Amino acid sequence: MQIAKVIGDVVTTIKDAKLSGITLLVLQPLDPDGNATGRTLVAVDAVGAGVGETVFFVRGKEASFPFHPIEVPTDAGIVGIVDHWDVER
Amino acid sequence: MILARVVGTVVATRKDPRLVSNKLLVARPMDPQGKPEGNYLVAVDTVDAGVGETVLIVSGSSARMASGMKDCPVDAAIVGIVDHVEVTQGQ
Repeated sequence: MQIAKVIGDVVTTIKDAKLSGITLLVLQPLDPDGNATGRTLVAVDAVGAGVGETVFFVRGKEASFPFHPIEVPTDAGIVGIVDHWDVER
Repeated sequence: MILARVVGTVVATRKDPRLVSNKLLVARPMDPQGKPEGNYLVAVDTVDAGVGETVLIVSGSSARMASGMKDCPVDAAIVGIVDHVEVTQGQ
């Protein structure tokens, strides 16, 4: 899992039926200092996150598990909203 | 999932039987601002997208969860046509 900031949302009308009703958010992965690192991606939201929040997300097929038994076609999913995080150095 | 712009089509006569009658498109990944990034890829189209459209692509084994793709040898599938992307925070 990785920590990221929600920086936006994606609106789609025509999409896979199993994606309907699911929020799609744009994520920017963060490094331990909270700076942006790596490419942005689109993830499904399983926890009700919103723009501006720091979240953690899971990559791969596991991203669809929160919606079980529906097999949502996604490779990235937000599974938690971060209250705070510390990195010892 | 990634955002991408559809830039072309792929025609293949000889292919895995499970790919028969699936539309293959060439897509260029892009960032939320529309700037191209990364390498072109071939994706199976499950939503009737066309050249020039911005789409949502799911990669890896999850691509097989797109409708009609069960047990198909694919690692990228177009699962949505993007109307618009709203980025409210700087990157």
